[in-house]
Amino acid sequence: MKRATLQALQAARRAKRPVALVADLGGGREQLVYGDALDGLAPELAEAVAEALRTDRARRDGDRFVQPYPPPLRLLVVGAVHVAQKLVPMARAADYDVTVIDPRPAFASAARFGEGVTLEAEWPDEVIERLAPDARTAIVTLTHDPKIDDPGLVAALRSGAFYVGALGSRKTHGKRCARLRDEGFDDAAIARIHGPVGLPLGGRSPAEIAISVMAQITQVLRAPRGDG
Amino acid sequence: MTEREAMRDVLEEASRWLDDGHRVALATVVQTWGSSPRQPGSQLAVRDDGLFAGSVSGGCVEGRVVEQALEVMQGGDPRVLTFAVSNEEAWDVGLACGGEVQIFVEAVTP
Repeated sequence: MKRATLQALQAARRAKRPVALVADLGGGREQLVYGDALDGLAPELAEAVAEALRTDRARRDGDRFVQPYPPPLRLLVVGAVHVAQKLVPMARAADYDVTVIDPRPAFASAARFGEGVTLEAEWPDEVIERLAPDARTAIVTLTHDPKIDDPGLVAALRSGAFYVGALGSRKTHGKRCARLRDEGFDDAAIARIHGPVGLPLGGRSPAEIAISVMAQITQVLRAPRGDG
Repeated sequence: MTEREAMRDVLEEASRWLDDGHRVALATVVQTWGSSPRQPGSQLAVRDDGLFAGSVSGGCVEGRVVEQALEVMQGGDPRVLTFAVSNEEAWDVGLACGGEVQIFVEAVTP
């Protein structure tokens, strides 16, 4: 690989611009193809790059190797609570860009979360709409407080997030679903919410709940049909 | 990209080594068959003193890949390496998982 190619690749990744490296394994030539500039390319190449970026899977086809570098996965956490403090480092270890949203400044404080996470001390619906969640974004609500969680869930259900989860018991979740129905969401929309949140690992502590949430997000991302 | 993320990013590490005046080669899993611990696209960056970052297997073939990477850095052609259970040499280096993996090794050139 030419050093200039490597530099351009890293610049695109830092800018969170979708890009793929298309390499010729025979001749050693390579080119960068940007996911937002596929027009004008040979249709077959454009499709191969789009597919690689969509699935985040590298693919060899004869001597051509397409390696996608999609923007990072994102996790939006509503509620800067104790579970969030455990969940954030786990999500970061799994290469997610993490944003924690909590309108209560005492919760959404850098002292509680350290570096490497974006804190938004604003209402979740506003933040989520602004961040435009897509098919590589997961959203989880953790406050238990309908005043905070519900607007976040409403915004999440209106987005293309691949995962929406809400902390709370079965009973709490039932009431939540009823409120969302009153907001006009149908059963199919409400069924997108994973609640009670997380895989049923039986854990109770904040760290154990965070593990079950991160495990479920991973399952939905990688094995959608295995999702329980 | 935060500093912590940069540290675990193979290409960022490779870029830093280049900035420091090292020669660097990249090894990339391009295809796998059967059970293989790392997926296509997984990368290993190798520095001219043998230091490496990232992975192309569960640790079974990295040693051999580093050797090849050092050779490529010293002017060898880019190459595709194959490690498989059916290949006795590969068995020696220990791809015990029963899979087969092809790895493209190339130098980063000016």
